[in-house]
Amino acid sequence: MSFLSATKMTGGYGAGPDILHELDLTVEKGEIAVIVGPNGAGKSTGMKAVFGMLNLREGSVVLDGKDITTLSPQERVHMGMGFVPQVRNIFPTMSVRENLEMGAFIRNDDYEKTIEQVYELFPAVYEKRDQNAGELSGGQRQQVAVGRALMTQPKLLMLDEPTAGVSPIVMDELFDRIIEVAKTGISILMVEQNARQALEIADKGYVLVQGRNAYTDTGEALLANPEVRRTFLGG
Amino acid sequence: MMQSRTPIYFALMGVLILGVGIFESWNNALFVLNFGLISAIMALGVNLQWGYAGLFNVGVVGFVALGGLSVVLTSMAPVSPAWEAGGPRALLALLVAVGVIVAAIMAWKKMAKGKVRGLTVGAILIVGFFIFRALFDPAVAAIEAVNSAQEGYLGGLGLPVLLAWPVGGLFAAGAAWLIGKTALGLRSDYLAIATLGIGEIIIAVLKNEDWLTRGVKNVNGLPRPVPYEVDLQQSETFLNLMASIGADPVTGSSIFVKLCYAALFLAVIIGLVTLMQLALNSPWGRMMRAIRDNETACEAMGKDVTARHLQIFVLGAAICGIAGAMMTTLDGQLTPASYQPLRFTFLVWVMVIVGGSGNNWGAVLGGMFIWFLWVEVEPISIFLVEIVTSGLAEDSALRDGILDRVVYMRHLTMGLILLLVLRFSPRGLLPEK
Amino acid sequence: MDFLNALVAFTNFVIVPASAYGAQLAIGALGVTLIYGILRFSNFAHGETMAFGTMVVLLVTGLFQQWGISLGPLPTALLALPFGIAAAAALVLFTDKTVYKFYRRVKAAPVMLVIVSMGVMFMMNGILRMIIGTDDRRFADGERFIIRARDFKEWTGLSEGLAIRTTQVLTIVVALITVALLFWFLNKTRTGKSMRAYSDNEDLALLSGINPERVVMITWLVVAALATVAGTLYGLDKSFKPFVYMQLLLPIFASAIVGGLGSPLGAIAGGFVIAFSEITLTYAFKKVVTYLGPDGWSPDGLVQLLSTDYKFAVSFAILIIVLLFKPTGLFKGKSV
Repeated sequence: MSFLSATKMTGGYGAGPDILHELDLTVEKGEIAVIVGPNGAGKSTGMKAVFGMLNLREGSVVLDGKDITTLSPQERVHMGMGFVPQVRNIFPTMSVRENLEMGAFIRNDDYEKTIEQVYELFPAVYEKRDQNAGELSGGQRQQVAVGRALMTQPKLLMLDEPTAGVSPIVMDELFDRIIEVAKTGISILMVEQNARQALEIADKGYVLVQGRNAYTDTGEALLANPEVRRTFLGG
Repeated sequence: MMQSRTPIYFALMGVLILGVGIFESWNNALFVLNFGLISAIMALGVNLQWGYAGLFNVGVVGFVALGGLSVVLTSMAPVSPAWEAGGPRALLALLVAVGVIVAAIMAWKKMAKGKVRGLTVGAILIVGFFIFRALFDPAVAAIEAVNSAQEGYLGGLGLPVLLAWPVGGLFAAGAAWLIGKTALGLRSDYLAIATLGIGEIIIAVLKNEDWLTRGVKNVNGLPRPVPYEVDLQQSETFLNLMASIGADPVTGSSIFVKLCYAALFLAVIIGLVTLMQLALNSPWGRMMRAIRDNETACEAMGKDVTARHLQIFVLGAAICGIAGAMMTTLDGQLTPASYQPLRFTFLVWVMVIVGGSGNNWGAVLGGMFIWFLWVEVEPISIFLVEIVTSGLAEDSALRDGILDRVVYMRHLTMGLILLLVLRFSPRGLLPEK
Repeated sequence: MDFLNALVAFTNFVIVPASAYGAQLAIGALGVTLIYGILRFSNFAHGETMAFGTMVVLLVTGLFQQWGISLGPLPTALLALPFGIAAAAALVLFTDKTVYKFYRRVKAAPVMLVIVSMGVMFMMNGILRMIIGTDDRRFADGERFIIRARDFKEWTGLSEGLAIRTTQVLTIVVALITVALLFWFLNKTRTGKSMRAYSDNEDLALLSGINPERVVMITWLVVAALATVAGTLYGLDKSFKPFVYMQLLLPIFASAIVGGLGSPLGAIAGGFVIAFSEITLTYAFKKVVTYLGPDGWSPDGLVQLLSTDYKFAVSFAILIIVLLFKPTGLFKGKSV
């Protein structure tokens, strides 16, 4: 069984209509999986379902062999999930270091080493450690946000459009960092608007259409698939 | 709009007032009714702002007080010696003050942004302030020196007192326009604090500007729109009438006067509710509710939300002003020190919430019912305490202590009712739809 | 021209009282701003919370005086302060559990909570008056002055006296300690940081495993302490009258908004801005001007810009100016 295997997820927000229909998402250890697709395809919703932020009517989520389908997002954090929301993902009036400390709030052991690791991974975060996170640039904020999520030492890190609204150069830089994170053995599940660039770094890609799996393959294969190229990647 | 339970609730309200008449006295019942009607009008004003536009006004007491002021300024006879002593000068000073403020605003708007503008506007305001004080202070001193025991103020215009009611509305509308122009468009709790402030300031003006209101010395003997009891007791027709129904002429006269007031108030309330119902079912009213329910969408549709809010804020305040004028007329005197926010702002809010915000009938019912409680909680509590402590000696310290404290039961009760309604029936006795 | 005497007069009638009043407002405003930052509503019952805590301090002080316990030159109220804080804490926690908690659960709009706090205000007001009535009470004991006007004149040979009351110095000292403790708590402790995190970004705080109910509880505890300290200092400095505390709501809110709602630093700055403006604008400058002017000359009037009855107008005017030109306050507060 895969490290994360979410199978046949069906459901929506609250009592609203179903947004997801029998959606499958799996991620292996240390792998980067990317969810792409047109607007309104349920990309973010799919990831939020994995994180327990909506009610699933059917389907299950299994992480590292444990069924976590019924757990709340907070409990999933304890189980080893890290989540970086798309917006409002930092504590703006707190220093960068305090942001990391808050990330480690649930830990009762010494987290200094993890902070050091985050500093190593993101030199920009180290540089700005005493500044308020709200004063940083978009790309730096995203790095702080990812750093904060890493503080719980998650086994699976989920990123909701981490490159939304940043320049192409910053995007490349962010993707490089994400590859670095994956290299430390953390599995990554990420929703991306910049499908082409994201698939380039992805071990596995999911193309979603209207809350269903449309294409699933390695990033490379999806990029090569003429059908996918024509419909979703603009030629 | 009218729901099946509306008449039932109003009938029950009537029973409560009759109850006061039967168990206490008819004078008391009419007192509760008259003030209840006035409270209902205040509640209508606040309901217009809150229920139909979501505007959070915590300065009701100020608008009510302005209504009270209008009664003095409209109906009292002018005090000629005071006018001669400093009237024109005081008016001139006020004109200068207005001129200075207008000049400052003009300068702010016309001049280019920068330090020079700030300094100029500052200079205009500071110099203007001192010119104003130089003109104003001697005028005030002169006016207040005229027969200060009985007068010491300018008096009013000596016009019929009923005219004061619309004038009170205008006064309140003017103040509301000023505050709305500056504070609407701010966040809801900022508007709340701003109105709280303006309320305090209006009260401070009424208390301290003796040349205008005699301040804490009160203005007594305001003219009445209805006959005086003493005159009735001398009137042949009235005495005959009383004799024919076998009533005591003294009590009868007092009840007759109160009934006259009740008739006047009812007329005003019926007029207001009719107008409001017509307005609120018109396209204008529908737009207002649309704005309240989704401001952003309405803004996107090109509606000028702030301008609409200003309209409704001014209208609501005007209604509170009318109610204030009516109340002062009923009291027959202006007592600036009696305007307390707890009684006139927060209590009116309890009325609106309990009645059902967004429903005019609810506001009227809430106004009357909460007023009834405000008056009757005390005697009811005393009655209960007396029963509970009946085993204790007449001069028991405990009993006296409890009876002393019972006066404050009404605050506790009002808070409790508000909290219970908010918690278990947030849409009030008569919900919007 | 007598600059020194003018300075002494100005210090005596403006700087000293305004510093004490500013410190009282600042601590009051800190309570309001914390509630706003964490629970996200303007708490209209804050004045009554202050009055309640102060009332308990006053009652316990009375008990201590009966038992002959005192602090010597310091007011006995200092000893009673912890009891007042505990009582206020019990009251606000009870209110939170029975009233506010429900609205958090249903995620009510902030303005709803403001109306709810009006109901709480009414109830607390009733309770207060039932327990202690409406009389004006003084409960400051111990040494009244640190520097007496007469002594000051003797020491310095100046014709103008400077009097500093114990309560004024005490206000400043207690305020400094309180603020230092609060900032240490907010910036250095894990719990304090989690409060700031919650205030900054509620959703992310939840994701990080911060327990919102715990944050809310601690906030109420801190607010109860701040309210009681502010109320007691004000009561010691002036006198205790339940009615006055409700009137303090306006300058306190003005302080919090002027400083930037949600910003603790702003609340302190706002408190002093409001206090100094209020007192400077309503002080009769006749004496100071007389000293500064040519010898033998003195101004005709009181040289008072505004009658003291209009001190609310000053808070209000400053509030409006700040709202119009800098809606988030001097220190960037929350704009939500």
